[in-house]
Amino acid sequence: MKGIKNIFAGPWGIVGVGIVIGILAPMLQKLGNPGNMGVCVACFERDIAGALGLHRADVVQYIRPEIIGFVLGSLAAAYLFKEFRPRLGSAPIVRFVLGAFAMIGALVFLGCPWRAALRLAGGDGNAILGLLGLISGIWIGTLFLKGGFNLGRTQKTHQTAGWMLPLFMIGLLSLMIVFPQVTGEAKSGVLFYSLKGPGSMHAPLALSLIIGLLIGFLAQRSRFCTMGAIRDFILFRQMHLLSGFIALIVTALVVNFVLGQFKPGFEGQPVAHTMHLWNFLGMTLSGLAFCLAGGCPGRQLFLAGEGDGDAAVFVLGMIVGAGFAHNFGLASSATGVGPYGIPAVVIGFAVCLFIGLTMRKNIA
Amino acid sequence: MAKTIDARGLSCPQPVLMTLDEIKAGKFDEIVVMVDNDASKENVSRAATSRGWVVGEIDEKGGVFNLKIRKG
Repeated sequence: MKGIKNIFAGPWGIVGVGIVIGILAPMLQKLGNPGNMGVCVACFERDIAGALGLHRADVVQYIRPEIIGFVLGSLAAAYLFKEFRPRLGSAPIVRFVLGAFAMIGALVFLGCPWRAALRLAGGDGNAILGLLGLISGIWIGTLFLKGGFNLGRTQKTHQTAGWMLPLFMIGLLSLMIVFPQVTGEAKSGVLFYSLKGPGSMHAPLALSLIIGLLIGFLAQRSRFCTMGAIRDFILFRQMHLLSGFIALIVTALVVNFVLGQFKPGFEGQPVAHTMHLWNFLGMTLSGLAFCLAGGCPGRQLFLAGEGDGDAAVFVLGMIVGAGFAHNFGLASSATGVGPYGIPAVVIGFAVCLFIGLTMRKNIA
Repeated sequence: MAKTIDARGLSCPQPVLMTLDEIKAGKFDEIVVMVDNDASKENVSRAATSRGWVVGEIDEKGGVFNLKIRKG
């Protein structure tokens, strides 16, 4: 097809990338990452917030190298294929707020769309509620899109501006090297580390980073996006991105079987709770926020890597949102939703509806 | 006469929505879509092709792609 010379953006490219992620994510679990959390953008950004002390939930503190890899892998691909295009100015503050509430919704469910897929592939039945919520939230978002919702145009900007989030990620990596984890110690230099819980479970740094870089590179080339997958199907009956997302789920399912990581059921699933309504509504809020912001949390990292300063602001919104989620008791745990999780979801919906209803057309 | 859609500075799905609206309106047999990122270029090409339109030449100037699409 003309206009698409990039093989990764072709029909087999996107499926291939879904398969690669579907193999690598369960392998990261085998290598040490928490259950059904080979890759979870929301959880990992939450762990980064914890490692930096932006919240003090001591079980979720670790600078996740996968996130650093996602941004830098995308940056490398963008430079190599001359797609690094620094741009910003499309309602950054709105994207920050959407990022924060997307994170709050994700932490009520306990996972982003990537983890919802991996949870399903690991046999966690609660993920079905999360995925249905995700679809509902995106469907609500498409109603706004059809009604003319948009966040406005971006502007070209300086190369430096496009480098801000990649440099932030290099900074995080440097901190990990300067202040490495010390066995039995909850703090190393300025960084907090978890002694127990999901934050203490991680694959070796180098492997996490390399796999993150590889996924970031491939996802930049293929435009892999879990939200876009569902959105494009609802809006245009377009299967392109969806085929990649489905390939991820099917592959991860097979790999989990092979590695003995498939455990079907609702009860006792790793880092999950069984409050169906809130699994559903948490992810509905997240899906709506991702749809209004134009990308799933992974895609926002890949966009930030190719110079999109607005996506970078969304990422920072998510990290700050994670701080609020744990400081305010909004995040769920294995026992169920946090003390203030439910009102936070209600407020999140009100905020997203306000944004969706009032920011329309006028794309002059 | 060709219609020009200026989708510069917009990211998907907006450029695709704008293109499909114009295709549906049916007033023009040729449309030029201006986009400034590769993902939008690919998405508009894919959407036009799926509606039976043909993607013609694509000029790039200063980071802006002009996609010419024609009714097939």
